[in-house]
Amino acid sequence: MTAPSHRAFDTAVPLDVPEDLAGFETPHPSATIGGPRRVRLGLILSGVFVAFLIAASIAPSLFTHFDPLVGDFSEGLKPPGWAHLFGTDRLGRDVFARTVFGTRYSLLIGFGGVAVGLGAGIVLGIIAGQRNRILDEAVSRLFDMLSSFPGVLLAMLIVTFLGQGMLNIAIAVGIAGIPKFGRVVRAQTQLIRDADYVTQAAIYGLSRWQVFIRHVLPNVLVAIPIIATVYIGSTILIVSGLSFLGLGPQPPTPEWGVMLAESRDVLRVAWWPGVFPGLAITATVIAFSVIGNHLQQRFEGRLA
Amino acid sequence: MSSVWSQKDRVAPIVEVRGLSIGFAGANGGKPIVTDFDLTVSPGECVALVGESGSGKSITARSLLNLAGEGARTAAHPFEIMGRDARSFGEADWRKLRGTVTGLVMQDALVSLDPLRTIGQEVAEVISSHRILTDPGAIRDRTLETLGKVGIPNPADRALQYAHQLSGGLRQRALIASAIAADPDLIIADEPTTSLDVTVQAQVLQVLAERIREGAGLLLISHDLAVVAGIADRVIVMRNGRVVDSGPTRDVLTHPRHPYTRQLIAAVPSGQSRGSRLASARFEPGAVDTTALAIVREPLPQRQAAGAVVLEVEGIAKSFTAPKAVGRTKSVVLQDISFDVRAGEVVGIVGESGSGKSTCAKIVLGLLPPDEGEVRLLGEPWSSVAEAGRRRLRRKLQYIPQDALSSFDPRYRVKDIVAENLPGSGSRGARRERIVSLLDLVGLNADYLDRLPRSLSGGQRQRVSIARALAAEPSIIVCDEPVSALDICIQAQVLDLLAELQSRLGTALLFISHDLGVIEHLCDRVLVFQNGRIVEQGATEDVLGRPQHAYTKSLLASVPDIQRGLRADVAAA
Repeated sequence: MTAPSHRAFDTAVPLDVPEDLAGFETPHPSATIGGPRRVRLGLILSGVFVAFLIAASIAPSLFTHFDPLVGDFSEGLKPPGWAHLFGTDRLGRDVFARTVFGTRYSLLIGFGGVAVGLGAGIVLGIIAGQRNRILDEAVSRLFDMLSSFPGVLLAMLIVTFLGQGMLNIAIAVGIAGIPKFGRVVRAQTQLIRDADYVTQAAIYGLSRWQVFIRHVLPNVLVAIPIIATVYIGSTILIVSGLSFLGLGPQPPTPEWGVMLAESRDVLRVAWWPGVFPGLAITATVIAFSVIGNHLQQRFEGRLA
Repeated sequence: MSSVWSQKDRVAPIVEVRGLSIGFAGANGGKPIVTDFDLTVSPGECVALVGESGSGKSITARSLLNLAGEGARTAAHPFEIMGRDARSFGEADWRKLRGTVTGLVMQDALVSLDPLRTIGQEVAEVISSHRILTDPGAIRDRTLETLGKVGIPNPADRALQYAHQLSGGLRQRALIASAIAADPDLIIADEPTTSLDVTVQAQVLQVLAERIREGAGLLLISHDLAVVAGIADRVIVMRNGRVVDSGPTRDVLTHPRHPYTRQLIAAVPSGQSRGSRLASARFEPGAVDTTALAIVREPLPQRQAAGAVVLEVEGIAKSFTAPKAVGRTKSVVLQDISFDVRAGEVVGIVGESGSGKSTCAKIVLGLLPPDEGEVRLLGEPWSSVAEAGRRRLRRKLQYIPQDALSSFDPRYRVKDIVAENLPGSGSRGARRERIVSLLDLVGLNADYLDRLPRSLSGGQRQRVSIARALAAEPSIIVCDEPVSALDICIQAQVLDLLAELQSRLGTALLFISHDLGVIEHLCDRVLVFQNGRIVEQGATEDVLGRPQHAYTKSLLASVPDIQRGLRADVAAA
């Protein structure tokens, strides 16, 4: 648990200058090789897109004046154009309006699912990360069991038990995500439990519980936002899949998976009712993954 | 293969560099990191490069192999290796040169040797890849011969072992073997003994000295002047990428011209520096011409007399059982350890790695229960009670670790670190005042309250760590190698601080170190640990001045010493 690299930064101390004045870090040469930092276009685009997603889910009517639920039959299956940006579906509803209003469902269920998975994953991971071998074995085997099912299959199974609906689908994808979060939290807990500063806290005379609350838990949790961002994309993908299968929100809800399912019958004659929500799913998943991966790379190794 | 590389020229220097500068584009504001460096190494000669971390000594040595790092810009005139102009070398030339003309020995053999290959393969690779020998039998013979040359016993058996199966000393010798396998004209050794125990260090230095006698040139990089005194013909002292002092070893170490060199020499703790401030050392004017160094130091405040017993350790023993995979062998780490520490006393524990020093510290700190025996703190049972029962007394026993940074919660600022160990509640203002006064005590000030430990230098981190220990107003502090990761000048400042606070506050110290000089400088009494036993104990002057036990004697004999090193040089000449 020592960090020998840190002490190499001791800067030379001039003879007549007190050590205090020499306390700046000398950057490692390799840190500055390669010139100015490249502008990460993908990251910027992803950030902007996610900002739009959040805006669209809070106030979708800012982006469109069409009602996502009401259509004009005479306007059915109009191709994309000036009147309807993404065209209209079979019932004459504006596809762009439905896509914009659908953001809310995908994000809500996605965040909800991650929250459920994280909540349970953190509790179980911390339990497994303690020095109790029996608890660790029990929880770790539970993780193995959960992760031996493909995520979509497991979520389907759970929804079948719980019944359809937004809350249930969030719980289902959350449970499917428990092993992912739980394993990271377990590893992080084990790492920090043995850190020198935890030993030091015991020497202060803090109780085990105080040491846990003050030093172990906060340092385990710093990694959480990063893991969460990485997994939001894949959770949204599973949610859309379940909705597509009819296990999530029901028509006429403008949920992206539901829209995909509805577009199947007309796909032969009109591509737009299916392609645009499909693109929305793809772009959302990519945007969250790009941001998550960036965060992970940037903070890697600084968290332990 | 007969190229210019294999022809040994006994007269001409192996390396001749003038006005070397090394820089990195974009780093250090475009200014070079090393400037105006001159170096000549002739066959059979050892040149030492001395300086603290960050002085540029490693990167300078590596530039001789064109290994200064990606993006390095080197310039020199001339830059000649074996009489050839190195500035015209392409990557292929450099590759040919590494191993055959110059061999590099680094500090950490465990990471420098490939974990997937045996040390025999490692050495054989150097011989075969440079096509020095092609016959497998001949390569094998040469490999075993090289391993034997560096003092590895039973080379035929050892050649089949991996780096992790060897002890630190053997591993370092295997690394030297791979560096000298192709019989290079120049060996570059970058802190080759820094992580080794003194007795092993002496053996490794012996191996290097043997190579010099056989006609190789040695460029030795070290922060330790005493190591240098015994082996180097010439010394170059570097600081902030510049040469501040250079010349024959004897001249530089006995008549140091530059104040920095004097400071380096004077800051080394020893028996002579007892009771005085290391960082205050000055050379007596006029004393520069005498052969012995006359160093004048300011005295430390008067010590308080030893008082009542604070810590009692009685007959403790500890053994560990290896996991099933390794065969459940039981290894005894500590056996029958008894000692006590009185108020106001500094008791040193000295021993090599694996002697049980740190295990003993853990038991004293109540982090590990002893198998036998008992530890008592302030007359109350300590090791025999449950953690909940110890908690009340915890404040009285504090700890200063070697690696201060890893003992700080990474989210905490300096004020939080110190505040956590403050007893009682008190108002916010009063606590803040107390924290500032503690920082004052260790030579920091209120400006440091909101600093993150990451942004502090090593010496400052150790000061924060001392302030944290003192915050609890302890009766005794266990210090586990608190200065061994620090550069010599900073080590002097931290030792001065510890000694001064100790004499002012009367706190007892249990001071663990592998450095006999530090122990001699600071401790009233010393315990010598070997293989988990105390082989000798008593007043520091007695134990280290007139050692009785053979192990203490060998330990003392292995410690490099500037004066002794210089004397030995004369004797050899």
